[in-house]
Amino acid sequence: MTPVIEIRDLWTQFGEVVVHRGLNLEVVPGEILSLVGGSGSGKTVLLRQALGLQRPARGSVRVFGEDINGSRDARRLQELRRRQGMLFQHGALFSALTVFDNVALPMRELRTLPEELIRDATLLKLDMVGLQPEDALKMPADLSGGMIKRAALARALALEPELLFLDEPTAGLDPSRSDSFVELIRSLHRSLQLTVVMVTHDLDTLFALSTRIAVLADKQVIACGAPEEVVAVRHPFIEQFFGGERGRLALGGWRSRRERQ
Amino acid sequence: MPDQPLPQLTIRRTDRCQVAASGPWQVQALARQGVIGALRTTLAAVPADTAVEWDLSGIDALDHIGAQMFWNAWGKTRPQALTLAPQHRAVFERLEQASALALPAPPRPARFSMDRLGRPLLALTDHLLGFVGLIGQLVLDLGRFAARPARGPWKEISANVYRTGYQALGITALVGFLIGIVLSYLSAQQLHTFGGDIYIVNILGMAIIRELGPLLAAILVAGRSGSAVTAQLGVMRVTEELDAMLVIGLPHGFRLILPKVIALAVAMPLLVIWTDAMALAGGMAAAEFELGLAPSYFLRKLPEAVPIANYWIGLGKGVVFGALIALVACHFGLRIKPDTESLGQGTTLSVVTAITIVILADAVFAIVFSGVGYY
Repeated sequence: MTPVIEIRDLWTQFGEVVVHRGLNLEVVPGEILSLVGGSGSGKTVLLRQALGLQRPARGSVRVFGEDINGSRDARRLQELRRRQGMLFQHGALFSALTVFDNVALPMRELRTLPEELIRDATLLKLDMVGLQPEDALKMPADLSGGMIKRAALARALALEPELLFLDEPTAGLDPSRSDSFVELIRSLHRSLQLTVVMVTHDLDTLFALSTRIAVLADKQVIACGAPEEVVAVRHPFIEQFFGGERGRLALGGWRSRRERQ
Repeated sequence: MPDQPLPQLTIRRTDRCQVAASGPWQVQALARQGVIGALRTTLAAVPADTAVEWDLSGIDALDHIGAQMFWNAWGKTRPQALTLAPQHRAVFERLEQASALALPAPPRPARFSMDRLGRPLLALTDHLLGFVGLIGQLVLDLGRFAARPARGPWKEISANVYRTGYQALGITALVGFLIGIVLSYLSAQQLHTFGGDIYIVNILGMAIIRELGPLLAAILVAGRSGSAVTAQLGVMRVTEELDAMLVIGLPHGFRLILPKVIALAVAMPLLVIWTDAMALAGGMAAAEFELGLAPSYFLRKLPEAVPIANYWIGLGKGVVFGALIALVACHFGLRIKPDTESLGQGTTLSVVTAITIVILADAVFAIVFSGVGYY
């Protein structure tokens, strides 16, 4: 199976600070890969590089087999962009547009779909993420944090992407909302056959969703594999990250849930 | 990827009408130029009775937007004769669930209503009240500042003087010099026809020192610093910095507005002197060039032609204009709501209002000092 994302020997540098030193990572179709790492380990930067928002100092990033920094062809890049969706940490909804227009915008920008199809498809997307049609005409400023995340997810899913990026999907949500958001992502992943790349600090979200976990530390990916494999790796960062009280709690909860299933 | 297969729809008419679909029914393929149009023409040719047999088993890939097209063509119900690939069933089930969704009608405002008539009036009153409140707060803050000058926001004042004053020297010099040249040329030609060449000094001196210098500087500063102040306060609102200041115990009036008003009230008269000098230099250069009037004569004649009162009026205008620009910019900056559109609107409104108010104040000056500074 060809990987959806293939990162080879990636170097990132901000002035004198080296963030990634010869980093390698692969994302295979259909998985939910989580990136974890300490603050400043360059998780979000890696996500932005995979989206083509930031150029690495050295190395290649291939998405769907296409080098996103080497390609000069703007149309191909555009087509590539339409196959991926991104949920930004704070939603990044366009504040001048209603929720409905925010979700409809990517479809309208194709400039070929008829308006009534866009309307129905937008309502369906809003329904998928659990928003009511009454919320559709609200402005982003009038929404709560959880609703902003849902609306932003609906916009990310507007063009039925094969690859979905999530930046801190449950940060800033209360536990019950974050549980329902995790459930939402899981069901969408199943029904839409998505590949998901996620950055998260939330251990519960991490164990609930990930099929694989990639740990960023020492400017590289120090471990990448199924959750139980990664947890067993002996490395100071991993021991600190998963071995703390919260880590043990989340891990215990996850194991007992798995045994029940 | 131009060699990709396209979604296809074919109608077979035997004893019953059969519609067969094949290819990828996904948004990327459907969005290709002309695809939707062709499919809709074919769909329109399908008879609208229930005896049509739909065969969708030939579809390679289906997403919600492709399925929605069929769903809309079916009049949002499942047709009686439908053949589906098993992996595509879930998509249609999802659509069936959501088929009752409808966008609520947006509330349509009545064309003529008291509300619409009264709204601008209310907004104006609101702005006027807010502005008066701002001035009142400024007076209180000035009192507090005067009572304990050592604890005043000196650093903020100094930073603002640098930003609104020093950094505006270049643009005011350039514009002042050019306007001086233009004015000089214009007057020189008219005066020459009457043989009153030497009166160019009077015209330039009075016009620039009394009116144009302060006005030019004020308009430039309103565009330059007024917009910057409004945008800065607006972004601080968006990022909740304004709220954070209140929580820490830093009142907006004393720490944000007062330093800006004092800084502009200090910097503007200095900018006025600078603009006056530059405009006079431009006028002097043009007068020498056009009329052959020596700069030494120009400079010797200037104090006789322009009574010193005009200079003080110009400086006074500078202080008032500076304070007004800062107040208007702060007024609009603090009213920006946390969204991008409001930021743009607020900044535009702030600059337009600041320039209008400056010109209004200039008219007031002209009336009040109508008997001062002339021979």
